Amino acid sequence: MRVLLDTAMVLLVFTNLRLLGLSRINASIRTVAAQGVLLGLVALASHAGAWNARILLIAAVGIAIKGVAFPLLLFRALRAAKIRREVEPFLGYIPSVLAGVAAFLLSLGIAARLPLPGRPPSDLIVPTALTTMLVGLLVIVSRKKALSQALGYLVFENGIYVFGVGVAYEAPALVEMGVLLDVFVAVFVMGIIVFHIAREFDSIDTTRLATLKE
Amino acid sequence: MNASGLPALAASVLLAPLFLGVINRTKAAFAGRVGQPLFQVYFDLAKLIRKGAVYSRTTTWVFLLSPLVSLAATLVALLLLPQGGFPAALAFPGDFLLLIFVLATARFLSVIAALDVGSSFEGMGASREAAFSALAEPVLLLCLAVAAREAGRDSLTGIIGSVTGADWQRAGPALVLVAASLFAVLLAENARIPVDDPNTHLELTMIHEVMILDHGGPDLALLLYGSALKLWVMAALLAGFLLPGRTGSLVLDGLVFLAGMFTLAVAIGVVESTIARLRLHRVPQFLVGAGAFAVMALALIMR
Repeated sequence: MRVLLDTAMVLLVFTNLRLLGLSRINASIRTVAAQGVLLGLVALASHAGAWNARILLIAAVGIAIKGVAFPLLLFRALRAAKIRREVEPFLGYIPSVLAGVAAFLLSLGIAARLPLPGRPPSDLIVPTALTTMLVGLLVIVSRKKALSQALGYLVFENGIYVFGVGVAYEAPALVEMGVLLDVFVAVFVMGIIVFHIAREFDSIDTTRLATLKE
Repeated sequence: MNASGLPALAASVLLAPLFLGVINRTKAAFAGRVGQPLFQVYFDLAKLIRKGAVYSRTTTWVFLLSPLVSLAATLVALLLLPQGGFPAALAFPGDFLLLIFVLATARFLSVIAALDVGSSFEGMGASREAAFSALAEPVLLLCLAVAAREAGRDSLTGIIGSVTGADWQRAGPALVLVAASLFAVLLAENARIPVDDPNTHLELTMIHEVMILDHGGPDLALLLYGSALKLWVMAALLAGFLLPGRTGSLVLDGLVFLAGMFTLAVAIGVVESTIARLRLHRVPQFLVGAGAFAVMALALIMR
């Protein structure tokens, strides 16, 4: 099981790097959806042998929301916004990927020094969680389109989720469900906001919002 | 000098063009064609050897030197490489650095020969080749460093083929990352899709092909054979690294290795048939991604 979990963690880091290197937004949405599905599988793998209704429910709802519902919502917003790709992000694609690798190295360093209650099911869980959070933040600050920033927010939340799987895996189902619901509402609202920004200003480039001075 | 490595050496010298043939047949099968004969590369080489060569008055001795040195350097690289259960003909600590060095020498010669021709197209190809290989080389070095660290040895003979099933259990993700990274370097270094297209003859997009446009006859044969051999060397690195364990029987090990090599040839054919070529400005991104994999693998193994 440990190898499986390790592999899933490396795949998660890979989806992060892929997101950093992508300019087309529909491919980015698919990458984040794949990450969501992977998270559900991680939840299952980290409790291998001790599956109960709670774990199965969390994994199933997680996959349904992150792998199916979010992509649908975001694709709808993408159609409304009539854009295809991120143009000229603040940090270019190659520097972004390099920054992602640096984030991974930094996370490995931090995770080695981080005192944790109990031993996580895989040594890679905490570094991956930290990397995913850092990458999410990086995407939020370095991309200009509102949709890309929403994706960054999702990735950041995924990072927290991985951290929860590794460290606080006894958290009650109610809390997990509450978080999922919050994220769902957030993405729903973001989709609507993107739609309205696009209709009002013919662009979802957030740098243009700085010119709204009145 | 280790004479027991000579059978493997002879086999690779003979089979390298067949490797290209397998790739071409795989691509043909994907395109719904019958494709060229498996041994077409041998026929091409035989035809080219018999022809005469024409040299432009612009060229100098550099142009004549390049095919010879390219082939010789690749043969030296082959000497350093253990294949199947056979040890390398030459092995000493740090020989993987020499492997990278001789491959770089071959490339340097083909770049300056391309510049020597004085054609603007070839200069363009040379500058692209130099730019992309400058990115591919550190990635190859990193991959070999990871493999050396994983094996705990400092010679290719110890590094290649030391990966066991237990290693895959323990450090599987890191090994997969290195393998993916090596595969990307293999595609980039040998002018395969998605970096370069070995079949293209559109001047504005070629990289490797444009550099050998002015070579003809025996020179072209040497270059063609040299590039087949280089592809074999890189593929043998990857196959040797991936195949776990040794059975102890030389014949069996050799057969497993050959099977691995030709599976790799089919895999390259599949990649070339299913992936579109990257636009030129995306190639550095591709190579940086491969480098990112290698750095991650190194971090995972050093942890």
